[in-house]
Amino acid sequence: MSKREQWGSRAGFILAAVGSAIGLGNIWRFPYVAYDNGGGAFLIPYIFALLTAGIPFMILEFGVGQKYRSSAPRLFARLNPKWEWVGWLQVMVAAIIATYYIAVIGWTLNYVTFSLDLSWGDDPKGFFFGEFLGLTSSPLEFGGIRWPIFVSCLAAWGITWLACVSGIKKGIERANKVLIPALFLLVLLLIVRVVTLDGALDGLNYLFKPDFSKVLDYKVWAAAYGQIFYSLSVGFSIMVAYSSYLPPDEDVNNNAAMTVFINCGFSLLSGVLIFSVLGNMALETGASIKDVAGAGVGLAFVTIPKAINSLPAPELIGTLFFLCLAMAGVSSHISIVEACVSSLIDKFGWRRRDTVSFFCLGGFAVTVVFTTGAGLFILDIVDHFVNSQALLFGAIIEIILLSWVLNLEDIRTHVNSLSDFSVNNLWKKCLKYVTVAVLGYSILSNLHGDLVNGYGGYPVRDLMLLGWSLLPVSLVIAFWLKNQPATERFINKPAGGN
Amino acid sequence: MSIEAIIMMIVGLGLTWGGACWCFVTAIRNNRHK
Repeated sequence: MSKREQWGSRAGFILAAVGSAIGLGNIWRFPYVAYDNGGGAFLIPYIFALLTAGIPFMILEFGVGQKYRSSAPRLFARLNPKWEWVGWLQVMVAAIIATYYIAVIGWTLNYVTFSLDLSWGDDPKGFFFGEFLGLTSSPLEFGGIRWPIFVSCLAAWGITWLACVSGIKKGIERANKVLIPALFLLVLLLIVRVVTLDGALDGLNYLFKPDFSKVLDYKVWAAAYGQIFYSLSVGFSIMVAYSSYLPPDEDVNNNAAMTVFINCGFSLLSGVLIFSVLGNMALETGASIKDVAGAGVGLAFVTIPKAINSLPAPELIGTLFFLCLAMAGVSSHISIVEACVSSLIDKFGWRRRDTVSFFCLGGFAVTVVFTTGAGLFILDIVDHFVNSQALLFGAIIEIILLSWVLNLEDIRTHVNSLSDFSVNNLWKKCLKYVTVAVLGYSILSNLHGDLVNGYGGYPVRDLMLLGWSLLPVSLVIAFWLKNQPATERFINKPAGGN
Repeated sequence: MSIEAIIMMIVGLGLTWGGACWCFVTAIRNNRHK
């Protein structure tokens, strides 16, 4: 096994970490969550969650990744061979997400071209669900492959393959050095244009007008912690893998804080962008912003195209908007795949080229399911159960093992010895109590909701097959991978000789 | 836009981007760029 690769520069690492953290959720989830949970008042729990969970968790992941210079399975195996499965569980979560996340990126790539002639016409909803997705009536009624989606997913997997196969410095770092500045530039350009539209300020008023009564609602706090947690790519092996390529003397605390601040700042900019557009749309159509505000797939592929129709130069704004979504998605997808690839390389000692090709081919084979007429249904179920159960389960076990079983003081000493600023005991308390409590609450609350209410009105059989089965199957595969023979250096010595 | 909304927007953007700038300035001051 050759010496472990390293980032070419500190800026390159931060851009890659920011690229991983900034994803589709920043653009299509944060604005609605903020609006729905007290508007401007939501920023109080949000900033609090950023400081007490986001930055501490990021410092922990950067710290252990850099100290042990290992992907997640190897990190846990080195702490105790019995814990290796925790790393593999997180890798399984990442692998599942990689297969369906790319489908959404594929849709956005299609929509970049659709924007050129506003293909969705006057009925974006009918176009998206009917003509484009060819949505069937249930998750197990596949309805054949949608070829435009198939091709765009293939292209998106190709981009990820190219970035990952070229290595850390020449591939991932270089890709993020292009993608992230371009993403920020496009978002700023779009904001400058849309905030001057009629009705935009009304939209911003809806987003930022504080409803301070909500600050006392524990659900708003849970939403704030959830938003911080989901948008940072922590808890499922990505940031551990990325930081394992840091030079041994690189800063940890400042890099982690910078990544979190930029990610959250970008979310707020996205809020300004989305609600300016929604404000204009409400004015043009005579609807209330309450009626047009939304999140997720519906916002991106139905509401926004509808809003774009009434904007000046809609072809240009539409193309730029979907390009932003695609770039945010691709930079995150690269990091998800790298987390899986680095784990396989660490464990089995395979060559990077073979590992990336193997993973991308296998991943694409699974993605084909999401390109069928039932793709949206399957994606919806898998996404819900992976995020609400498997991801949180892997994350809480990680945080319990690292903060309660491992001596957190060692990690604190390590990161403080390298960093521009130090963290005190409060950092340990945030991890040991605040983060564990919030994750524990989220898991129990999600479990209760899914058990009592089901999800999305889908049949129980489909939920069992595509949702509830994911965590147990992931666990089985995680234990199987743990028991596979590893390279000699997997446990004994970190790659690169650190 | 109401005054409260403007204030909250400035506070949100200020704290997040201000935090990022503070990290950046701290990094430059400590001259840890590789």
